[in-house]
Amino acid sequence: MKRRQFIALAAAGGLALLAAGPACADALADIESAKTIRIAVPQDFPPFGSVGADMKPAGYDVDMANLIGEKLGVKVELVPVTSANRIPYLQTNKVDLVISSLGKNPDREKVIDFSDAYAPFFNGVFGPDDITAEKPEDLAGKTIGVTRGAVEDLELTKIAPPSAEIKRYEDNNGTISAFLSGQVELVATGNVVAAAILAKNPPKKPNVKFLIKNSPCYIGLNKNEPVLLEKVNTIIAEAKKSGELNAIARKWLGADLPAEF
Amino acid sequence: MTYRFDFSWIGDYLPVLLKGVGITVELILVGALLGVALGTLCAWVRALGPLWLRPVVGAYVELIRNTPFLIQLFFIFFGLPSLGVQMSELQAANLAMIVNLGAYSCEIVRAGIQATPRGQFEAGASLGMSPVQTFWHVVLVPSLQRIWPALSSQIVIVMLGSAAVSQIAAEDLTFAANFIQSRNFRAFEAYLVSTVIYLVLAILLRQMLRGAGAVLFPRRRAAR
Repeated sequence: MKRRQFIALAAAGGLALLAAGPACADALADIESAKTIRIAVPQDFPPFGSVGADMKPAGYDVDMANLIGEKLGVKVELVPVTSANRIPYLQTNKVDLVISSLGKNPDREKVIDFSDAYAPFFNGVFGPDDITAEKPEDLAGKTIGVTRGAVEDLELTKIAPPSAEIKRYEDNNGTISAFLSGQVELVATGNVVAAAILAKNPPKKPNVKFLIKNSPCYIGLNKNEPVLLEKVNTIIAEAKKSGELNAIARKWLGADLPAEF
Repeated sequence: MTYRFDFSWIGDYLPVLLKGVGITVELILVGALLGVALGTLCAWVRALGPLWLRPVVGAYVELIRNTPFLIQLFFIFFGLPSLGVQMSELQAANLAMIVNLGAYSCEIVRAGIQATPRGQFEAGASLGMSPVQTFWHVVLVPSLQRIWPALSSQIVIVMLGSAAVSQIAAEDLTFAANFIQSRNFRAFEAYLVSTVIYLVLAILLRQMLRGAGAVLFPRRRAAR
């Protein structure tokens, strides 16, 4: 056999092995035999995952990853990812799970599987306790601050009654300042932004009034891994029941998990 | 160039644009009138007013002329509520423009007043004019006539600077352009349209100021 042919054949064989690898293996068995689970976490998306002053990743997703490792009784290897490369990391089998504030959508569902939701992520209207607003109609006559062009701006513009005054600011900081300085009564923003305001312990607390758009976070894993998927879902369900998940939510989002969660 | 322009959105967003133009025009009219009035008062104080008041006005002028307009605006809108002074975004925008133009026009008008030869004050007095009459007829009106072109330029600068008020959600022309491009993502077209409108507004404003100068100062002679 000529050398060139041999290399080509070997390469093709290797590729075939690689392609077949993740599809036929049982990922949970692999994890248990390696005593290590590799989990993709964000490093630039507080409060879900960011690198702290001690240079260690910390956040909601990191705590969730450690919780899963603890329940499985294996060591956790955190793999920092960006929002662009988190799914390719999973597909190329560089990680076993993606816990990276991942939202569900049909395109993603074609290529990977999703667990049950593990973290709340929503846009809503927030405001102090002395204002009641349970639905869009209640916004009549009120002033609401939003960040111009954000999802909540577009949605609120559609659903708010005409007498509601929507004040559009350039960025989240402008929206937050307007709320804290009393220039607007309510804000429409993400629960993560509201949590960032709450963390500063302001005199006016942005508590959730109603949801505009709900897109909770799911754990991503490779397709055809029913054993691992079921195990992960069991862990999430037990963590919800035991209050461990709620403790993580209180720690990083400053609020209890929503009732419907 | 392969960019395809698309102006089909103009019809839909015309009300937003017109409202933006209206607010920009309102801001500059109120700002120019009250700002120049404030500036003239301050110029009188700095040039001829009571000695104890001069450093106060001087501090105001230096503070405003040496800080960014955007910071002044944020200070009024986001800062003052902590002291219990709550203003709508339009009131805050108007106030910021008046205070800003007041400081700049103070220095322009003061230059005009101080360019008045000492002998003219004495000439006014010797004609039996009261100090107020002398100030008005002999000092102020010829001073304004002298500095009118410089003052006009400053007013146009403040009008263009008013674009900053979109940052506190005042719905001026810049806000309209930002709003439109955040909805339809035609940034090039939205800013092109707003650029043309600002240009037309600025040219109209200059012509108006030139006309106002001709009406206010009919005795204007050739510059010496």
